[in-house]
Amino acid sequence: MTSMTVGNTAMQRPTDATATGAAVDIDQVAVRFHTKKKDVTALTDVSLRIEPGEFVSIVGASGCGKSTLLKLVSGLLRPSSGQVRLHGEEVRGPRRDIGYVFQRAALLEWRTARRNILIQAEMRRMPKTQARQRVEELIAMTGLTGFEDAYPNELSGGMQQRVALCRALLHRPPVLLMDEPFGALDALTREQMNVELRRIWRETGTTVLLVTHSIAEAVYLADRVIVMTPRPGTVAEVINVDLPVERDYGQTMAAPEFARATGRIRDLLGATTTAE
Amino acid sequence: MAAQSTIEQRERPASPSGPTSTARRPAGAGTTVARFVRKTWRPAAVLVAIFVVWWAVTAANLVKPYLVPSPGRTLDVVLAQSGYFAHHTWITSYETVLGFAIAIAVGVLSAVVMVYSPTIEKSLYPLLLFAQVIPKIAIAPLFIVWLGFGLTPKIVVAVLMAFFPIVISTVTGLKSIDPEMLQLSATMGAGPAQTFRKIRFPAALPHLFAGLKVAATMAVTGAVVGEFVGANEGLGYVILQANGNLDTPMLFAGLLIMSLLGVVLFVVVELLEYFVLPWHASRRTDAVTTSL
Repeated sequence: MTSMTVGNTAMQRPTDATATGAAVDIDQVAVRFHTKKKDVTALTDVSLRIEPGEFVSIVGASGCGKSTLLKLVSGLLRPSSGQVRLHGEEVRGPRRDIGYVFQRAALLEWRTARRNILIQAEMRRMPKTQARQRVEELIAMTGLTGFEDAYPNELSGGMQQRVALCRALLHRPPVLLMDEPFGALDALTREQMNVELRRIWRETGTTVLLVTHSIAEAVYLADRVIVMTPRPGTVAEVINVDLPVERDYGQTMAAPEFARATGRIRDLLGATTTAE
Repeated sequence: MAAQSTIEQRERPASPSGPTSTARRPAGAGTTVARFVRKTWRPAAVLVAIFVVWWAVTAANLVKPYLVPSPGRTLDVVLAQSGYFAHHTWITSYETVLGFAIAIAVGVLSAVVMVYSPTIEKSLYPLLLFAQVIPKIAIAPLFIVWLGFGLTPKIVVAVLMAFFPIVISTVTGLKSIDPEMLQLSATMGAGPAQTFRKIRFPAALPHLFAGLKVAATMAVTGAVVGEFVGANEGLGYVILQANGNLDTPMLFAGLLIMSLLGVVLFVVVELLEYFVLPWHASRRTDAVTTSL
């Protein structure tokens, strides 16, 4: 493991050549949905600036528009007002320069793990040899070695999510969007995936936006945690996580800074604060 | 990092190709045949039992031979007039298979159009339903008037019978795609054609095959209904003739061959499914398999 050599902070990370300024810039965005019975304001007055290479978690009550925020960044959804910019460029339609991971792995049942990852390359018409090489790289990086030729129904939930992660990383996206990627996993697997995601993030240097329901996960992984208010969702507070870049899982959980950050988030979310 | 290596060890089962992955795809002809035998011996045994009961009933003279002929006599009729049966079976098979093929082409195409255009779906659906609910036996004479005495009206009735389940199942299949899958496809920069070819259509295949199995048996019925209304060849004609002459052995022989035709077509579709969708067929429980 090359932990020593990649031990630089997120701020010092070499940025993408085209990325001048913020990786993601959300400027006074509002989203309103119109249904037959009523109009719903999902997001209102959200402004956010995410630096290249940063890891940002988003937490908030169910239905506060966390997932909507990711859809805005990816261009799958247009804001009702305001503007979203990706590397200084306004997002107008589905963006190809992102990677997306959903709660469900959303794998194609008729393809093996490797070919599920390769679909990304096929859709983008990437050169075959280059894509193959990249797949092998990712398989090794995410610990999928030995499972390349397994079908999704033969893989555990954690393994399926690794495949989804590989697929999202294949084209080296400067921005990775993750929508509760570990929400369906059991607690132990989830912790393991957190540790691995932290490592993979440091190896790839990608900007990550992670939506999660787990406060511990949000704090352990991120440089900053965005806490959102209930609907209509807006940014309640941005918590800077002042933990070392090198984060051992057990030690991090016991760190006073971890307790401070999670405690503050719990207060904001209105959850009952129990003794920590 | 020590923590990391233990993680990988913990999550990974002992052997990459565990017991689940070995039982997955047809490895070779030997295993395929073995599987086939294992799957089909039970229904085959039931079929044999029915024949035994039939034979016992007629051998014990429980029913008059002119009401229910013995299996032996029925078989004798088939063998004695094999040329006659071969010709009429060929005619009905031809109508059935052609009708089935046209129904697949038209059915899948209209399903795709309907899924991609809600306007067309809304306007076509009532028409589709109307075509389905109208009794085929009632409109078959009309086709004879319109299209003549040849094979065409029979093929049209077969298409009409088989078309509906194919459209419904394909529409269901194409619509049951995970919306996240389509969003993912959009972020990969895939166009509608690419998304359809690589994601949406393959995902709809299990539904499509379910519809095809129903449609296969319907196509036989359609062809025979067409023949009932007005024909001078085909199994429907054979049965009608035998009925008029009170020739029950001939009637039974016609019925048996007709059912066999439906079963063969069904099994062909099921075999096709097995080879086209090994990933799906292997996941289905064995309770609902061939009717063979």
